[in-house]
Amino acid sequence: MAQSIAYVRESSEPEDLPPDLYQGAVAWLKTNLFSSMASSLTTLVFVGLMIWVVPPLVAWATTNAVWAAPDGEACRQHQDGACWAFIGAKFDYLRFGSYPSAERWRVNVTEAIGGAVILWLLWPNARRRGIAALLFFFAYPILAFLLVHGSERLGLPIVDTLLWGGMFVTLLTALVAIVFSLPLGMLLALGRRSQLPVVRLAAVIFIEFVRGVPFITVLFMANTMLPLFLPEQWTPDRLLRPLVGIVLFSAAYMAEEVRGGLQAIRRGQYEGAMALGLHYPLMMALVILPQALAVVLPGIVNNFVGLFMDTTLVSIVGMTDFLEAMNNAFKDPVWSGPSVTTTGYVFAGMVYFAFCYSMARYSAFVERSLAKGRSA
Amino acid sequence: MEVSETRFNDPKLRGLAYQAALILVLGGLIAFGVYNAYGNMIARGIPLGFSFWNEVAGFQINLHLIPYSAMSTYGRAFWVGLLNTLLVGAVSIPLATAIGFAIGAARLSPNWLLSRFALAYTNVLRNTPLLLQLLFWYNAVLRTLPGPRESLTLHNIVFLNNRGVFLPLPVPRQPAISFALSLLLAVALVAVFRLWAKRRQERTGALSPVFGFAAAAMIGLPALAALATGAPFSFEMPKLSGFNLKGGVQVIPEMAALVFGLVTFTGAFIAEIVRAGILSVPRGQFEAAGALGLHRGLAMRLVILPQAIRLIIPPLTSQYLNLIKNSSLAVFVGYPDLVQIFAGTVLNQTHAAVQVMAITMAVYLAISLLVAAALNAYNASQALRER
Repeated sequence: MAQSIAYVRESSEPEDLPPDLYQGAVAWLKTNLFSSMASSLTTLVFVGLMIWVVPPLVAWATTNAVWAAPDGEACRQHQDGACWAFIGAKFDYLRFGSYPSAERWRVNVTEAIGGAVILWLLWPNARRRGIAALLFFFAYPILAFLLVHGSERLGLPIVDTLLWGGMFVTLLTALVAIVFSLPLGMLLALGRRSQLPVVRLAAVIFIEFVRGVPFITVLFMANTMLPLFLPEQWTPDRLLRPLVGIVLFSAAYMAEEVRGGLQAIRRGQYEGAMALGLHYPLMMALVILPQALAVVLPGIVNNFVGLFMDTTLVSIVGMTDFLEAMNNAFKDPVWSGPSVTTTGYVFAGMVYFAFCYSMARYSAFVERSLAKGRSA
Repeated sequence: MEVSETRFNDPKLRGLAYQAALILVLGGLIAFGVYNAYGNMIARGIPLGFSFWNEVAGFQINLHLIPYSAMSTYGRAFWVGLLNTLLVGAVSIPLATAIGFAIGAARLSPNWLLSRFALAYTNVLRNTPLLLQLLFWYNAVLRTLPGPRESLTLHNIVFLNNRGVFLPLPVPRQPAISFALSLLLAVALVAVFRLWAKRRQERTGALSPVFGFAAAAMIGLPALAALATGAPFSFEMPKLSGFNLKGGVQVIPEMAALVFGLVTFTGAFIAEIVRAGILSVPRGQFEAAGALGLHRGLAMRLVILPQAIRLIIPPLTSQYLNLIKNSSLAVFVGYPDLVQIFAGTVLNQTHAAVQVMAITMAVYLAISLLVAAALNAYNASQALRER
């Protein structure tokens, strides 16, 4: 072993590069854009379309756009460009609605805390996520309500819900929906898998009923019928009624997600928990649900993306969410004009896309890491 | 630790106790709600029965498939709304399916540009709210189109302006007998040819151009008949008269925006379903099909799709249901669907909130349950038959 043989190489020759046709830009083009007659034709058509469509779009968004203007006059004159000045002028309204300027820091603080807690909760392999969950589902909603609504005892003036609006209401609606609908959905999912026929029937009827009707009818129902079904003196707040509707609606969808997770848990887990002497609530809380929720986290996040987009419908019952704030802003005669409308919707689209797409990516990431964990 | 044996440790008894408690609580809640609703409705003078159904509605609807005027009843308005909802569904579902399959196939195309385009399409449409998309099409696109005098037009056949989309209307002519006969003859010929082709394939293995023959017969025979006896249809073209286009079919802008928005949005979801379905077929199936000498198209049609369709159908049906439910967003663009007419105008005029909402929800629920039942039946027939 130790002796060396003169005619045996000790290091290998440097490898030859593969022929040009099999690597590099040319090969990439050949396999991905011009692999066949049809593919080449598609490529040419697409390139042609892009040359036709892309430059005007870019010009609309940048060079032709009005970036700063005191009012809508410049935008009405430059119809072929975006009116970003409008977004700048209405930014605070789109963010907070009519929430009093002096108190807006409260919304900012609430959202910052919420963001931090959510980050902790969803960070992969973060420590003590249980604490984050407790904070998010119990402490944070109370804190957020006190901060945003106000409390005389804390020296924060009360801000009427009539003044709430903009992105803040969209985020608030989504937050309330997830905080209440996930636990409710878990209960419903357990109910649907219960061995007690009455419990199962009640859960099935609720879930299938809610999933069978459009969201908008649930909102209408919460808005017009909730006051009818309660004693007159209880008349719920204007903002609270649609929130009840959203929570009930999304709970039915969350229940189906969680049920999927429960079905993925092997029988042995139940039997093991029972062998340890755990009764039903403890078995679910300590053994089954933690595993089931980990499996369906991507599904829950995807569901939440849908929920986040559905919050736009609340404007039908008089809430001023982000999209409705945008619609209101169009009506300002100082700014109104066709290019303002287009710009506003494009901007709103970018904002919703930023939220939803990042959540969708997160969900895909968790799904991949779960799959990896399972195969390893 | 001492284990105490009481009656409550009997799981059967305990189960009964829990269920009784649940019935009591739910029953109590319902009774409480009904009691309050009854009192509140009496106090506010809200009608308790369904007598409003036969009262005169007194409002106009700008799209009705059955005769309707302001003198019609609320019940009539309900049917108009229901038919309009079904109309949107019937128009949108085939279009959304076509877009979905096209985009789904494009995502799997070997052409990089095409698959990137499909990816961008699905990502953008799936991650922005449907309502925003509808408002965009309606307020930012359709409403800013030029008026009828400056319509955008495709060779003066299809017109697009701020009053909607105008299409030619086929009008059947009297001597349509020869047309109908030629069509029947074509169908019969195709059936016979198919049978013959199948026998021939079983005997000799040779393939016959069934599709080409069918296409030629179905188009050629009626065309010949039309040449011999005159066209069975004439097309009524939209024409500019005064300040508007007259004739043809007018698709009101509300419907155009709603259908376009629903189709593009649902198409993105269907594309993902189609892609996932095709990818779920094991690679070996592609390779085996290739080894048998099938080219890409035939392998797809004969080997891959029949296996993928089993996985595609269930989520596809739920997308169809979503489309029907999402068509209730018609309210926001002013298309007169069931929710806009019935749960909107009728509810506001009659104040019969409980009855109107119950009927509206029951309609959607009935559609959902019917489709779910049909899907279950289909699934049972398609399930893998194993020994």
